[in-house]
Amino acid sequence: MAAPVTAMLEVREVAVRFGGVSALGGVSFAVAPGTVTSLIGPNGAGKTTAFNVITGFQRPSAGRVSHEGVAITGWRPHRIAERGVVRTFQKTSVFPGLTVMDNVLTGLHLRGRVGVAAVLLARRRVRDEEQRLRQEAERVIEFVGLGRRRDELASVLSYGDQRLLELAVALGAQPRLLLLDEPASGMTASEKLAVAALIQRIRQQGVTVFLVEHDMRLVMQISDCVLVLNYGRLIANGSADEVQRNPDVIRAYLGAGARVDA
Amino acid sequence: MRRLGLGALLAVCATAPLWVWNPYHLHTLIMAGIFAVLALSLNLLLGYTGQLSLGHAAFFGIGAYATGLLTVKLEWSPWIGLLAATALPALAGWVIGRLALKLRGAYFVLLTISFAGVISLVSVNWMDLTNGPLGLPGVPPVELAVPGLPALSLRTKGAYYYLVLATVVASYLFCLALIRSRIGRALVALRENETLAVSVGIDGTHYLVLAAVISAGMAGLGGGLYAHYTRFVSPEVFLFSYTVTMVIMVVAGGKGTLTGPIVGAVIFTVLPEALRELTSWQWQMLLYGILLIAVLFFMPRGIVPTLEARWRRP
Amino acid sequence: MEQLLQHLLNGLLLGATYSLLGIGLTLVFGLMNVVNFAHGEFYTLGAYAVFAALVGASVSFFVAIPLAIAVGAALGALCERVLLRPLRDESIDTVMLVMIGLWIAMQNAELLGWGGVAKSVGTPFSTQPVVLGHVSVSPLRIFVFVVSAAFIVGAHLLLARTKLGRAMRATFQDRETAALMGVSIERIHTITFAFGAGLAAAAGALLGPVFLLYPSMGDLASLKAFSVVILGGLGNFAGAALGGIVLGVAEELGAGYVSSGYRDAVGFVIIVAVLLLRPSGLFARAERVG
Repeated sequence: MAAPVTAMLEVREVAVRFGGVSALGGVSFAVAPGTVTSLIGPNGAGKTTAFNVITGFQRPSAGRVSHEGVAITGWRPHRIAERGVVRTFQKTSVFPGLTVMDNVLTGLHLRGRVGVAAVLLARRRVRDEEQRLRQEAERVIEFVGLGRRRDELASVLSYGDQRLLELAVALGAQPRLLLLDEPASGMTASEKLAVAALIQRIRQQGVTVFLVEHDMRLVMQISDCVLVLNYGRLIANGSADEVQRNPDVIRAYLGAGARVDA
Repeated sequence: MRRLGLGALLAVCATAPLWVWNPYHLHTLIMAGIFAVLALSLNLLLGYTGQLSLGHAAFFGIGAYATGLLTVKLEWSPWIGLLAATALPALAGWVIGRLALKLRGAYFVLLTISFAGVISLVSVNWMDLTNGPLGLPGVPPVELAVPGLPALSLRTKGAYYYLVLATVVASYLFCLALIRSRIGRALVALRENETLAVSVGIDGTHYLVLAAVISAGMAGLGGGLYAHYTRFVSPEVFLFSYTVTMVIMVVAGGKGTLTGPIVGAVIFTVLPEALRELTSWQWQMLLYGILLIAVLFFMPRGIVPTLEARWRRP
Repeated sequence: MEQLLQHLLNGLLLGATYSLLGIGLTLVFGLMNVVNFAHGEFYTLGAYAVFAALVGASVSFFVAIPLAIAVGAALGALCERVLLRPLRDESIDTVMLVMIGLWIAMQNAELLGWGGVAKSVGTPFSTQPVVLGHVSVSPLRIFVFVVSAAFIVGAHLLLARTKLGRAMRATFQDRETAALMGVSIERIHTITFAFGAGLAAAAGALLGPVFLLYPSMGDLASLKAFSVVILGGLGNFAGAALGGIVLGVAEELGAGYVSSGYRDAVGFVIIVAVLLLRPSGLFARAERVG
């Protein structure tokens, strides 16, 4: 896809090498705003590494990442999140000891402003903010469909609900670019349908979604653009149809022994 | 029901000097109060951010020396002294926090131990400043001066008790307010899942430094109160046993709660005094070690949370 | 110049024992991921065991030392069995706190058992220093150095060349595979911890006679052991060996040229400096975030 003038995300020649291993070898692509873009590839292709570099959890050995024209390479994760670039993790990541409400309230951290001074001196402002944040949290919890579970501890939620909670926490940070690392993994067919619908609704809110996924049906169903990684290199970049017919892609999957569920 | 209990407790505490006749018992309560402030301060780090500071006695000691030096050598007002006792350790906490940016777990612990070790050695060796092992006697008592009225010197145990009680209540309320705000949530988030926390924009460094600063400042204030109570400051304030006592109070009382450390402080101040008749200080410390292990094995969340859980399951 | 040589020599001799101390800790820390804050207490135990053997049972000095090591190792094995094994799956913080509890308990037990007055251990060596050119050194220190070095070499050989050593390394690299290969994981954990404790006791048995014995001697020993471990990198045997020498030399130079009162501060300062500037030590990994 041709990159628009201000791509939501632009990755240029990003490489990650350690020891003699090259996890990513000079990858370049752009993500257009308002789209759902998927990053696919066999296991070990470097997808999560790419996510880690984009969101600041890993320094690249080379290359540049920019968000809306601003270089964010090597920035620390919280600064990148401040710009509205938020991610979820491959392994379910919630705050296990907190309730669903508290989990999402934590996600809303950036939407609050009080500091120590306010806690000491401006009690009313703190109270008002807490109220506002709670209302926001309610909205997000309803949006992902966890309303009934608001006061339950994250650790007792079912797997599917935990993943929804993860999504809610990320949404709380008011992302403009949301990176989802295997949002549908381990889910039943109906749960996957729900996730797909949720992603569409998120996109409708104006959020650009960039996801890593293994479930091809899901990917082809919701993606505007598909990027394919293999052995740390980008081997295809185009619409779902184009990519599915790409011989390099087919070879990569069949060659690596993975099945292509199309 | 809870309110009633709380009210009764406050009434009991507020009137203690009136019905606690034995001045030694009142002394114990005052020490319990000072340690409550210390325990709350350590709890902020250990219970809320999950980082253990084994050098906390250093902040306590710096606070004591700050006010001791200002009031003895420069003859400044003890109130300024108490302010310095809070500010100077807070600054030290800031330095530690910033320098220890990326250290977690055991490395952070080691850093705090080393810091305390260096400070302790300085207090013993830098005779010109601190008078070395001889210490600083003659620390003046705190005075309440309201213009127009004669100055009220807080020399009596009763008067000092109220000062300490006020500090404990203020500290508790401050911690409560902190915990119930987004700051508290950020601290807990960093403890529960730091990777997730930073991914939603929580600045790990900023909040750990903040916790270190507040924690150190509170411990320093405790040190200042201690200095003006005992009216003497010596390198003994840096004794590791103070840190150990604080750790036991927080861990046994219940880290991550606010009442836990206070309960722990009371128990572990009253208990040794009660045992003093029967055993020596060494047995007491030995018992502490064994008790710490026992608590971690059988009541890992601490006394208060364990009791609360039992209470809820009738 | 002679002063410098003397300091360097003293540092080297002392450093070897610090290496011994550090190696025990780095093995336990690096292999078992246990932060043994009670490490210094095994050091103290070793020293007092020698004292007890000499004074109480009148054994020879050369017998007292292995005896002390055995006592240290035995207690180490007991602690691992009783305290660490049940907590195997707990967080590292809980284990850390339990070790701190052990530290407190052991030290105060020593205090109660031996009293707070410092004791000195008599040795069969003459106090006449041996003069080698421009430097002089006491026979005792030479003995301590030689034995320390021997133990360090022995420990290395044990880890690198024996079946036990291989089993230890295998267990901590990949527990499941080692178990499948027939290694008794439980035994290895106990042996490793006992090994670390034994090395600490060895250091104490050797250094006790050089300095004085007092119950809180373990505190500084612990700190110095950690200092060595941090210098050398976690779990790094060679790093600890080198780190010990570095610490010994730094201490002697500090005591000689700066001030002897601040001698023990050198260990602290090293910890602070290394942790802040190069947390990975001379080689390995550090526990860092983000």
